[in-house]
Amino acid sequence: MLILSGLIPALLLVLAFTYYPFLKGIVMAFQEYKLFDLRNVRFIGFRNFTAAFSDPKFLSALQNSGYWVFFSLAFQFLFGLTLALLLKKPFKGRGVYQGFIFYSWALSGFIIGMIWKWMFNSQIGVINDLLLRIGLIEERIGFLSDPRWAMFSVIAANVWYGVAFFAIMLLAALQSVPHELYEAADMDGASGARKLWNVTLPYIMPTIIATTLLRAIWIFNDPTIIYGLTNGGPAGSTHILSSLMLDKIIYGGDYGAASAIGVIMIAVLLLYTIFFLSVTRAEKAGDF
Amino acid sequence: MKLRLMGLSKIVYLTLHLLVMVFPLYWIIVTSLKPQKDIFSFPIRYWPERLSFENYENIFKISKFHVYIGNSLLVSVTAAAIVLVISILSAYVLARFAFRGHKQIMLAFIATQMLPGFVALAPLYFMMSSMDLINSRLSLILMYTVGLIPFSTIMLRGFFQRIPSSLEEAAMIDGCSRWSALVRVVIPVMLPGIASTFIFAFVQNWNELFLAVMFIDSDALKTLPVAMNSFILKFDVDWGAMSAGTVLSIVPTILLFAFAQRFIVEGLTQGAEKG
Repeated sequence: MLILSGLIPALLLVLAFTYYPFLKGIVMAFQEYKLFDLRNVRFIGFRNFTAAFSDPKFLSALQNSGYWVFFSLAFQFLFGLTLALLLKKPFKGRGVYQGFIFYSWALSGFIIGMIWKWMFNSQIGVINDLLLRIGLIEERIGFLSDPRWAMFSVIAANVWYGVAFFAIMLLAALQSVPHELYEAADMDGASGARKLWNVTLPYIMPTIIATTLLRAIWIFNDPTIIYGLTNGGPAGSTHILSSLMLDKIIYGGDYGAASAIGVIMIAVLLLYTIFFLSVTRAEKAGDF
Repeated sequence: MKLRLMGLSKIVYLTLHLLVMVFPLYWIIVTSLKPQKDIFSFPIRYWPERLSFENYENIFKISKFHVYIGNSLLVSVTAAAIVLVISILSAYVLARFAFRGHKQIMLAFIATQMLPGFVALAPLYFMMSSMDLINSRLSLILMYTVGLIPFSTIMLRGFFQRIPSSLEEAAMIDGCSRWSALVRVVIPVMLPGIASTFIFAFVQNWNELFLAVMFIDSDALKTLPVAMNSFILKFDVDWGAMSAGTVLSIVPTILLFAFAQRFIVEGLTQGAEKG
């Protein structure tokens, strides 16, 4: 029994400084709670929520969250899987190569935002310069200042950031596929594509599912790259739910409204998780 | 022939990927080494004509950059060390013992990784302020520690599970207490895992921005990300200073991650399988 006391510090700290403020935050969603009007804190029912749903900024952030998660995830997965498949067989210098392509993982989203902000710069940005030199464009593009391009740009930076994560996870999974499976497939005369489709992918499916689920949630929750790149601009066109929420906390001081967005995010995450798990389970049941 | 074509396209793809990944890093380094004037002059130079450390000297002149580095180091190392001690204990218990509530505790830890943490941000601000910890590095050490306990516990639990419990049982038969068996026998075996957890925690703390922005006001207490954040607000277009600051803040994390990557990957993939 004594040994279980080893859990106490971890448990107490997480309860006191993660779950307690988290629950308080949920309560705030039903309150009028403004930093500059703290004497007027009171319960207002669902008014923060109705206000959110009638705010075009919120609705656009909701839609952007969908784009942000879907396209970031799709391309991170696609490039990550390709990379993992190409790196599966050892070759000379593979370790060094991995060091050079996986380092993005060690950077903060904020710093990545800064770096890409510099590269996307519409006057002296290197991306515009390269595209002009190749002849792909004739005029400089306002990657971050033009609302038609801004969302594309933040997603591109996010894809760049997250490919490493997928590649690392999928590579580890690929290396755990038993050789015997391939030998058996070889004896049956299976082609490379068939082996990929019928042996490799089914075997690593649990990892794909777990990684995608987790990653989607992280992408949905994390506004850091957007904060660094555009801070939601121009004119709020790149806000996702989490960046809008953060904006309301740090710059707006409107904790009630921010918390309402947070509660809506929790609802979205719950729905997503239930949906995702039921779909993937159904698929599995069909396979075996 | 077909095989050779496959090999060639593989090399081309991997080379392109390498270029895309390395170029942003290259570009921020090159920018930081250009004299201020050259950064904004046309045509853009892909190789600095004259190397200059002007931006690096500048950043220490216009700001207390050495102070920010010191703050970041202090906060990151201290929090990572405390996380390590607390999480080794909790991970060990969760790896070795079955008891009522085990599953719920694991779930509570995993859930912290999935919930939108900013919901807690405003209440935390009031908690810190009632504890008189606003504008104190202690608040960051406390919050970074708490924030990393769940992930480190899950990661370390995976490492513990790979060590057969017969190892410490043997030591206990030889007369060790469970505590000394843990410290003298088990922990030495999983040192690589522990080192990686420490590095992971350190890097997370080093990179953290929003809590630090919320809790720290005075210039002398700022960590690197907060300082960089106020750079943008203050010197919006000074990309010379920005690039030098960026390079200085990413060098330690890149080096550390290169060292620990393999173990962190093992920890992560284990967590995913078990999760």
